[in-house]
Amino acid sequence: MLNLIIVLAVILIVAILIAIFKVTTLVGIAKGDAKKPEPSNNKLNATLLALFLVAGLFGFFYYSFGGLDEDFVQPIASEHGLITERLFWITMGITGFVFVITQIFLFGFSYKYQYKKDGKATFYAHNNKLEVIWTAVPAVVLAVLIVSGWKAWVGITSPAPEGAEVVEVMGYQYAWAVRYPGDDKKLGDSDYKKIDVTNQMGIDFSDKASFDDFIPLELHIPKGKPVLLKIRARDVIHSVYMPHFRMQMNAVPGMPTHFWFTPTKSTADMRAETGNPDFNYELVCNKICGKGHFAMRYVVVVDEPADYEKWYSEQTPWLKQNEDYLSQVPAELKEMAKIAAGIEAEEAEIVNIDNALVSTN
Amino acid sequence: MSVADIHIGEEVHHDEHHEQSFIQKYIFSTDHKMIAKQYLISGIFWALIGGGLSIIFRLQLGFPDMSLEWLRPILGKWITSAGKLDSEFYLALVTMHGTIMVFFVLTAGLSGTFSNFLIPLQIGARDMASGFMNMLSYWLFFISSTIMFVSLFLETGPAGGGWTVYPPLSALPQAISGSGLGMTLWLVAMVFFIASTLLGGINYITTVINLRTEGMSFSRLPLTVWAFFITAVIGLLSFPVLVAAALLLVFDRSFGTSFYLSEIYIGGEALPNMGGSPILYQHLFWFLGHPEVYIVLLPALGITSEIIATNSRKPIFGYTAMIMSMLAIAFLSFIVWAHHMFVTGMNPFLGSIFMFLTLIIAVPSAVKAFNYITTLWKGNIHFTPAMLFSIGLVSFFISGGLTGIFLGNSALDINLHDTYFVVAHFHLVMGSASFFGMLAGVYHWFPKMFGRMMDEKLGYIHFWFSFVGIYLVFFPLHYVGIAGFPRRYYSWTNFDAFNSFTDLNAFVSIAAILTFSAQFVFLFNFFYSIFKGRKAPQNPWGSTTLEWTTPRIPGHGNWEGDIPKVYRWAYDYSKPGAKDDFIPQTVPYSHTPESNLPFENELAKTEDVSPVAQDAK
Ligand code: HEM
Ligand SMILES: [Cu+2]
Ligand SMILES: [Cu+2]
Repeated sequence: MLNLIIVLAVILIVAILIAIFKVTTLVGIAKGDAKKPEPSNNKLNATLLALFLVAGLFGFFYYSFGGLDEDFVQPIASEHGLITERLFWITMGITGFVFVITQIFLFGFSYKYQYKKDGKATFYAHNNKLEVIWTAVPAVVLAVLIVSGWKAWVGITSPAPEGAEVVEVMGYQYAWAVRYPGDDKKLGDSDYKKIDVTNQMGIDFSDKASFDDFIPLELHIPKGKPVLLKIRARDVIHSVYMPHFRMQMNAVPGMPTHFWFTPTKSTADMRAETGNPDFNYELVCNKICGKGHFAMRYVVVVDEPADYEKWYSEQTPWLKQNEDYLSQVPAELKEMAKIAAGIEAEEAEIVNIDNALVSTN
Repeated sequence: MSVADIHIGEEVHHDEHHEQSFIQKYIFSTDHKMIAKQYLISGIFWALIGGGLSIIFRLQLGFPDMSLEWLRPILGKWITSAGKLDSEFYLALVTMHGTIMVFFVLTAGLSGTFSNFLIPLQIGARDMASGFMNMLSYWLFFISSTIMFVSLFLETGPAGGGWTVYPPLSALPQAISGSGLGMTLWLVAMVFFIASTLLGGINYITTVINLRTEGMSFSRLPLTVWAFFITAVIGLLSFPVLVAAALLLVFDRSFGTSFYLSEIYIGGEALPNMGGSPILYQHLFWFLGHPEVYIVLLPALGITSEIIATNSRKPIFGYTAMIMSMLAIAFLSFIVWAHHMFVTGMNPFLGSIFMFLTLIIAVPSAVKAFNYITTLWKGNIHFTPAMLFSIGLVSFFISGGLTGIFLGNSALDINLHDTYFVVAHFHLVMGSASFFGMLAGVYHWFPKMFGRMMDEKLGYIHFWFSFVGIYLVFFPLHYVGIAGFPRRYYSWTNFDAFNSFTDLNAFVSIAAILTFSAQFVFLFNFFYSIFKGRKAPQNPWGSTTLEWTTPRIPGHGNWEGDIPKVYRWAYDYSKPGAKDDFIPQTVPYSHTPESNLPFENELAKTEDVSPVAQDAK
């Protein structure tokens, strides 16, 4: 750390020294009309431009193709991610090509056509043919990119397939909460006015679909099955971003959004692939939302379908964990709620056990 | 053109009869040249502040473990007891940096300086259409600046919701403390700012339309003036929408309306607001926000056109195509705004439309880049500092423009939106390119502004450190962005996915400090040369345009005698047959039979070469 500060300080001092050095030369310059016959340091600058081109291109290729210590492409773990990734690299190929060519021309011409004493520039004001060509060619190339991008986009944003796993994700300052529909596979309603310290997601218990909903501490999703995230926010805008799945969707208060995708690699697969036994998928917030914006991390676990089912069936409905909220259930639905949340069953069991104990005595 | 007659008569009269007081001359001046300088100095001031803020947060990003205790004397309580930057203040820094750079430096500092300075000089007018409005424009900007500056020192901090100030974050002080008084001042400052921009813009437009000297048809206007003109039109059409957006935000913040707010539970209570849409704000904001990008960029491109042609000693290639592409860009810039909103959950069909329109805008942009490059081809290039900065601009414009093709593609934007890829993209194409345009302009027109030359060697040093430095800062950010690093993050170490690239981030920060330091070379050169620079010749770069026909230091009214007449376009450089390698716009075709093209010989026959311009009779 100290070293770095020293490096910085040195750089600053050098810059200042250069400036001071130049002051002295400046002061030495006689004042007066200077009609310069030719530009000064022209050759030096032309050469530097050429050098910059060479060094820059070298750096560009070197660092883009493995010169960095770390890989800058996150491994892909979703079906549409493969499509967009392909598109990304096609776009990279085309723009990379244009980038290299145009920079070569820019700096190459600068070097080649630097001022020469007896040189004379060519009076060349326009060339309609050339201009039509370089309007048309980018237009065609862009059309190709548009069409392929559009196809991908339409696929990604199409309605989720029937039977997709539905999970609700809610962002709030500064964490995430996820809710599963439970056994009935139907998410219950929610209402922001019902939110309190315990009922963080504002589950509305007048809707019978909500009785068996559960709120776990990690987001589990099954590998190979479409997953539909229903996204909302409760205070300010957040954004559900999972870089490995190449998915992102804003979480907007008052305007529910959604995004569906199909994970292709389980967490275990990914641990094997990356050679990192601690690997975890992460859900991060990607829309500025306040002080803790940089800390909204949520672990995402992709299970093999069987493991997922098992995990799913082991979860306890939220209502069961917070039986107080039975009071919010309308009277006529109370029994149903108890059954759906598994409350009655357990009480009944206890009674049975008690009875059994009594009878053996 | 009767307005022009009266006006010019007045000015001349005015000039002859009394000396101006200090206040009239330097403070409440109505002279476009002085107002331009006021804008320039203000812009430089803001650039230092805005750049300085970025260095502070770059320290945090590059060296997350570093103790920033030494900043306590400046930042006070925003340095936590652990010697760290407060994470909320980090957001305030980012917000202020963005706001300052986009609006105060590159809108006011760039357009304000060069539109004011160059429009009258290059079209052959004695001043702006309304000097008073022009003065008002600057002073509204000054008020706006003062308010924004004051907001930096508030107890609750300046606005902190990002330069785009999206509600609900910006509407609710419960959400972030910067959304208290800081945000109020931000909004007030912006309203003054917009008023200033509109007054300026109306002036630029009227001046260009009404006050062109005789012979200065639109098809003979230098591209600088075209660029300023189009920029002003864009500003006039888009800034009012920002006022609307801001006004509704003010209502939501202060008067309990629900334009942008709905179903919010925050700070332990459910707010009563129902039915609003935060996305509405984004539509309104980006309806200005996207054109704003071009408001920032087009003047820089105009300046560059002029400088590249002059220093290549060649006509700009494709003059008409340049104008056409600027017009196309201006038009399209109004119908691409929602590419900033692909992942807001708006209708995917809209996303498709906006992707389509966005990628179309790449075509005229590409044409401009090709035209610049072709202008260099077979030139006889003088690498003045201004020329170097212009070449740098073209390089940034290409590098940053190409990454726009990724971001404009909605399918790709899903993964890139709000990552450092975006930061890299807009810093190159908008930030650095426009910044270089501004610097190029200063180097090029300094002799006309102050009658002296800037030191070239210092200019070279400034250029090379800035150019290499900027690439070293922003190029690596693409990699970080492709890896998915989110922007507006105080730190990434919480995440497994973003735990890498610590060295790269440190490197970027060092490069940023270096780049920033290099600007002090410029500052020194600038202020030193104002007083002690070599005296400038009348036309140091051998330019064709009208401003170089004025005296070394043009007085009030610009030309001592009559306003010159214009006989040709602005790009007769290295014309075959001509004696010099440039022919000023004031030279009639009938005086240059040796170099005339066939159609020009025709024009020469009908030319009226009486020395006095009709307008100024
Ligand atoms: C010294 C040179 C500069 C450096 C090192 C720098 C660096 C940065 C960094 C690191 C961010 C934060 C990104 C984030 O967290 O989202 C940022 C944001 C930004 N910068 Fe710069 N920048 C510089 C110059 C400029 C210039 C010349 C402009 C002019 C357009 C500019 C415009 C912006 C904008 C608009 C933002 C976004 C602010 C926001 O997220 O609200 N910057 N800059
Ligand atoms: Cu956030
Ligand atoms: Cu845009």
